[in-house]
Amino acid sequence: MKSSNIDIKSQLVQRRKLRKFLGVFFYGLFLSAVLVGVIGLGVLLFEILSNGIPWINWQFLTDYPSRHPEEAGLYSAFMGTMWVMGMTAVLTVPVGVGAAIYLEEYAADNFLTRLIEINVANLAGVPSIVYGLLGMGLFVYWMGLGRTILAGAMTLSLLVLPIVILASREAIKAVPGSYRQGAYAMGADKWQVIKGVVLPSAIPGILTGTILALSRAIGEAAPVIAISALVYLTFTPTHPMERFTVLPIQIFNWIARPQDEFRSLAAAGIIVLLFILLVMNSIAVFLRNKYQIRSEE
Amino acid sequence: MERVLGIILSLISETDNSQNMNEFQNSKKPRSIKLEGSIVKWLFFACAAVSILTTIGILFTLFYQALSFFDEISVWDFLTGTRWTPILKPRSYGVLPLVSGTLLVTSIAAAVALPVGLMTAIFLSEYAPDKLRRILKPVLEILAGVPTVVYGYFALTFVTPLLQTFLDDLIIFNALSAGLVMGVMIIPMVSSLSEDAMIAVPRSLREGAYALGATRYEVSLRIVVPSALSGIIAAFILALSRAIGETMLVTIAAGATPRLTLNPMESIQTMTAYIVQLSLGEAPVGSLEYNTIFAVGLVLFAMTLMMNLLGFWFVRKYREIY
Repeated sequence: MKSSNIDIKSQLVQRRKLRKFLGVFFYGLFLSAVLVGVIGLGVLLFEILSNGIPWINWQFLTDYPSRHPEEAGLYSAFMGTMWVMGMTAVLTVPVGVGAAIYLEEYAADNFLTRLIEINVANLAGVPSIVYGLLGMGLFVYWMGLGRTILAGAMTLSLLVLPIVILASREAIKAVPGSYRQGAYAMGADKWQVIKGVVLPSAIPGILTGTILALSRAIGEAAPVIAISALVYLTFTPTHPMERFTVLPIQIFNWIARPQDEFRSLAAAGIIVLLFILLVMNSIAVFLRNKYQIRSEE
Repeated sequence: MERVLGIILSLISETDNSQNMNEFQNSKKPRSIKLEGSIVKWLFFACAAVSILTTIGILFTLFYQALSFFDEISVWDFLTGTRWTPILKPRSYGVLPLVSGTLLVTSIAAAVALPVGLMTAIFLSEYAPDKLRRILKPVLEILAGVPTVVYGYFALTFVTPLLQTFLDDLIIFNALSAGLVMGVMIIPMVSSLSEDAMIAVPRSLREGAYALGATRYEVSLRIVVPSALSGIIAAFILALSRAIGETMLVTIAAGATPRLTLNPMESIQTMTAYIVQLSLGEAPVGSLEYNTIFAVGLVLFAMTLMMNLLGFWFVRKYREIY
């Protein structure tokens, strides 16, 4: 009896040791999993910076693409990106915010509303190249817009529309009910409440969401390739019905060449692209923080 | 991107409670204001309808062009053929090599992203102190926000040469390095959706286990993960759907040789990469080559749609439980 008690006791001690060891082991395992992502990002950024920085200079930013790497620049791609993004913003924001207002403020709880909601969710998961096919078939050829900035902007705007709708809905939802009730109590009707109270308080959130959506669009190459194809442009667009290229496509073009110099140019282009994304995201974070402080007051 | 998905998922499973205060509205407004109100309502509805029109547009474009492709090539030959040579003679239009290329890269990505993403989620939700989590989450968000051409560059100019130092047979364009990098790329998606599901597990379940003397890893692996399982499965499915649709990374790093193979050291071609390859060449509109990309696009769309719907179904399931 006594000896079996000691047996059990020593087994328990053993078991506790094992569990302690497993605790440390799993902690290490989970931590190293996190490090995979963090280190991956670190190596990626280091690779790009170390290859690209020597190639960044004023001429790189202001020159047109060239067959000679030391003369090549990304001016036409940069201007193309600015054109496409500007037009995408103009096309997306009204529609996205309008759809969000409808879903949050007007829509009844019925089949149609649920269909729209599920549909928006699904659209966010459609591969971007499929939007490229849509734009190519519908805008470029069927509507006859050609391989133009307008067709590219329309395609990208459909691509990011679900993101803008969802972000705007979140922003509208975050407006406190008491604001609305206050306005209704003053005799305002629904549209006046939306126009005068809901939208002004939701604007920072909507802006943040829109900037994040646009920063998704700026990095997209696949759907734009389907629209613009790979072109060699030595002019900058002056109106929406011209051909264009964008930064990710120019980068892709440089990566696809076998010479090392062009690979380094690609790294330099990536730095410019990442810098633009960094600026946009900083603005978004700034707006979000400012907005959060305001709503706490 | 995974933040967006989180929002989507929360919206899907919510019931609409925005039944507003219509009954309190003053009915003695001037007519012009009432008219304005009803006009804007229809305008907003039209905006919401754009999303439906987009889906119809996608279906119409894909089917319309794919149907003229299937006029010439039978659906059966397309779906079961094992050679894909639409540009070179003798021409052959079997889509299986493209599908197998896509699945090969996706499997490699899954082998990296699913375990790593899940463990990252466990660390963030069960282990990391608040301060550390506030640093780690934005870092992972950056990983998700990097454009995919950048990952393509990374795979081609860094990962492939690195792998070549100890894999002699590895050629420049290969499924392995594209798959590995894609795996890192979708880690944030797996981890953030899984973490959402884990955070939704009620505290009381954890505390019950701790009260019985369970350690932290036992609580994580035996209580939290099983309870959040349907959410974790949803995260896996949605991340894989993303991997299937990923384009630039595989176009740059995985090659342009459609090949029915399971060997990750070889050059392959995915469905998405084929679409890009043909788009670059400006195939004449209405030609058979031009129509092939819509037929391939249709297969791609159908695959991702089914996975997304399945993923949403799992999310709804776990939201119903808690």
